[in-house]
Amino acid sequence: MSAGLRGTVSIVGVAESDLGRVAEGTTSLDLAAQAAGRAAADAGIGLHEIDAVFCATSHYAMSGLELAEYLGIRPTYSDSSNIGGASFVSHVLHAAAAITAGLCTTALIAYGSTQLSDGGKLVTASLPNLYETPYGPRYPVTMYALAAARHMYEFGTTREQLAEVAVAARQWATITPNAFRSEPLTIEDVLSARMVSDPLTVADCCLVTDGGGAVILTSTARARDLRRPAVPVLGVGEAHWHRSISEMPSLTRTAAADSGARAFAMAGVSPSDIDVVELYDAFTINVPLFLEDLGFCEKGEGGPFVSGGRIAPGGELPVNTNGGGLSYTHPGMYGIFLLVEATRQLRGEAGERQIPGADVALVHGNGAVLSGQATAVLGTLDAL
Amino acid sequence: MTTDRIEESPAHRYQAGLAEGELRFQRCEHCQAAVFFPRVVCPHCGGTELSWTRSEGTGTVYSTTTTRSRSGDRNVALIDLDEGFRMMCTVRAEAGRDVAIGDRVAAIIGAGTTPETLAFERLAAQ
Repeated sequence: MSAGLRGTVSIVGVAESDLGRVAEGTTSLDLAAQAAGRAAADAGIGLHEIDAVFCATSHYAMSGLELAEYLGIRPTYSDSSNIGGASFVSHVLHAAAAITAGLCTTALIAYGSTQLSDGGKLVTASLPNLYETPYGPRYPVTMYALAAARHMYEFGTTREQLAEVAVAARQWATITPNAFRSEPLTIEDVLSARMVSDPLTVADCCLVTDGGGAVILTSTARARDLRRPAVPVLGVGEAHWHRSISEMPSLTRTAAADSGARAFAMAGVSPSDIDVVELYDAFTINVPLFLEDLGFCEKGEGGPFVSGGRIAPGGELPVNTNGGGLSYTHPGMYGIFLLVEATRQLRGEAGERQIPGADVALVHGNGAVLSGQATAVLGTLDAL
Repeated sequence: MTTDRIEESPAHRYQAGLAEGELRFQRCEHCQAAVFFPRVVCPHCGGTELSWTRSEGTGTVYSTTTTRSRSGDRNVALIDLDEGFRMMCTVRAEAGRDVAIGDRVAAIIGAGTTPETLAFERLAAQ
């Protein structure tokens, strides 16, 4: 049945807010709203044509109420569901269903965060976990370190292979305007950086920045008449199996296997059809894990797969073409930026980092501690 | 009269166990699965009858990391208990040897100088 959603809606506008370190006193809502205004301008529509608001932030539990109020929008459809940094990709699924069901016509997905200005501490509305917090994990890096350690134990993945992910991200960032970190980075730099939680050094960890983003979707029928080339949503799926790392069934297998299979089935494509991959690299281990679970390589082969520059500029499979959460920007919930970058690639407007002839892109969002997973396959109108 | 009111919360029952020197977990009366963290519904079968059991406290390290901070290094591990449940805990440092995946460990309850009342220590190789 879900195959009926294939291509029914399209991304018609994308934008980022100010990134990096924003002006003092700026709120996360200011950034979400700034991005929303820029995305509406990109789409060539008025902000008040938006009748559905999808929002998730770390700062506001009722973020949809906050953002709609700020923008003066009175939505007919409102969704503040939060599965962590994957929320915005899951919102694409929810928006496609709502638009196709006739519950709304024009959906805004938006996010903002001032995590850097706030002092770099992870803002979270979650209560402490009674069965984990007493043992002193640093959320979330300790949890990802446990997954990395287990992957190394089961499959022989090495720290050098994880470092390849950070180096590839940095190489993409050097050709991306506005990247937060663009100075050269070597494997040796990653290995000798300060250890945070074994086996992950600070260079295996995502950035801490401010920033926001916004994506606007409408029916593909309407999208064809709008200002920018339409980017149809060919397939999208979400899945989650756990919230806390203690409850994750296997630390080397994520629910991306389900969300990805659902997105591929709806789109009617397979990993070999994908021209460009944008996936949530909160920590270097994410990239091999997700490439395995999404079917780009066999389980356990992620380490060798990312090595030798395969995912770097000029490599066989372009992954995280803006430098990702490791080098481009990471305000805490990175998922919205995956959609923005994939859209730019499919519109052919990615400048020096453009993948020539990119027709089909995969976006994969991750939330919490390898918990919330959401995958989308986006395309050009030609791929529809 | 309904009888399913929560008279003692799962968290309190668990913490009371530690105070009495026991590591407690639950078994589902319906599917017999070991259940941890403590709760009122079985996540394996949806059963609502969960009984409390004392764990022997022995298990195997499933994964482990040392989390570094200014206040010192700290082991954080996931332990697979022999009864079939997994939990996060700290495995105590041992001079000259890092905690490793696959290590056999045993619970020490109530003897800690650390904030928690539960830790694990490595069992001597047999």
